[in-house]
Amino acid sequence: MLEAIISLGSLGILFGVLLAVASKAFEVQVDPKEEEIMEILPGANCGACGYPGCSAYAAAVAKGEADINDCPVGGPKLAAEIGAIMGREASFQENRITATVRCNGDNSSAPKRFEYQGIETCSAADIVANGFKGCSYGCLGLGDCVKVCEFDAIHVNDKGIAVVNEDKCVSCKKCVTACPRDIIYMDPVREFVHVLCNSYAKGPIVRSVCSVGCIACGICEKNCPTDAIIVVDNLAVINYDKCINCGLCEKKCPMNTILKA
Amino acid sequence: MITNILVIVASAAIINNFVFKQLLGICPFLGVSNKVETSLGMGAAVTFVMAMASAVTWAIQVYILEAFSLEYLQTIMFILVVATLVQLVEMFIKKSSPTLYKALGVFLPLITTNCAVLGVALLNVRSEYGLVESVFSGIGAAIGFTLALVLLAGIRESLEEYELPKAFDGLPIVLISAGIIALAFTGFQGFF
Repeated sequence: MLEAIISLGSLGILFGVLLAVASKAFEVQVDPKEEEIMEILPGANCGACGYPGCSAYAAAVAKGEADINDCPVGGPKLAAEIGAIMGREASFQENRITATVRCNGDNSSAPKRFEYQGIETCSAADIVANGFKGCSYGCLGLGDCVKVCEFDAIHVNDKGIAVVNEDKCVSCKKCVTACPRDIIYMDPVREFVHVLCNSYAKGPIVRSVCSVGCIACGICEKNCPTDAIIVVDNLAVINYDKCINCGLCEKKCPMNTILKA
Repeated sequence: MITNILVIVASAAIINNFVFKQLLGICPFLGVSNKVETSLGMGAAVTFVMAMASAVTWAIQVYILEAFSLEYLQTIMFILVVATLVQLVEMFIKKSSPTLYKALGVFLPLITTNCAVLGVALLNVRSEYGLVESVFSGIGAAIGFTLALVLLAGIRESLEEYELPKAFDGLPIVLISAGIIALAFTGFQGFF
């Protein structure tokens, strides 16, 4: 009994001392700034800053490789806090991008072709006969995007269309990948005119399935003072670098496809 | 003597391969085998731990456990040795290669509970190996473990280029590949 206690105890102490010595020899210096920044970051690990997770961004900022204004989740408040740690002036610009669902064809304006009773996900419904909607490009409204959103920023409204809450959206792009019909795009938040249609079908076909779809008439293109909106592949597309937000296209659109979202 | 050692190494590495034949150390085998590079790093870490553990546990077995007839303390003492060695390796890798440290992640401290490491120590005692034989048996086992890891990692790397049926995607196809390699390894049976 005594031998057991002594031998095991002394072995434990011996190894303990060995490890203590080794930990001094192999000590790795962690920048205290990195830890401080890590503490105040949101910890969502969304990757919107361009780094794989919050800890990687914290390390890059502490080393001076990354800008202090790059976290869209924390916004200007966080940029100021990081600036205080790094001793730099924050200059957070509201140039963040948020998700936009480019479809406005709800249950009343874009009726269903048939009643779908399968698995309640968009990806499953999309496979069945090209979806239950008349328009094969439109939002199915079964909420695959809602399920992946960790920030409660996207919801399917009572008319069956997914809508993004721009205040809550942190630009993580998870909904963009989740959408089987690829109708969610990342658009700059300061621009608020959007073409709420994603149909590449020709005008008459769009008109037959949806009352608010883009029919590629080109009126917006002709009226735009800065050539920011052009019709490509039967669909009006806004170039947000050129758009001055005059709202003329919104007024002129005969189908009310272009809206201030 | 040299032939004896060669037989021990070959037997531990290939014929009685720890992963494929004795099903020890499956957790890191599946966990860190997605890239050949990390597999080699993991293999090196395990090689160091196994070789050192074989030597130290041999000394403990002969000079403490058998000398004071404390054989019932074998498991806890051996685990103590393994845990200490793993901590040493972890500190060393954290210092020398942060990238490898990150790639190995939780599987590095988990070598502590890797049954292959404790297994080689216990098998050494059961086979009544001397110091040199124990160390080489440890190295052989580690070579076998690394070999298994690298083989699977190579297959997984090329599998990534293919689109698999969803039912097989991910771990299922890895387990199937591992099973096929294990079958191939039975071909070495009765070599010596």
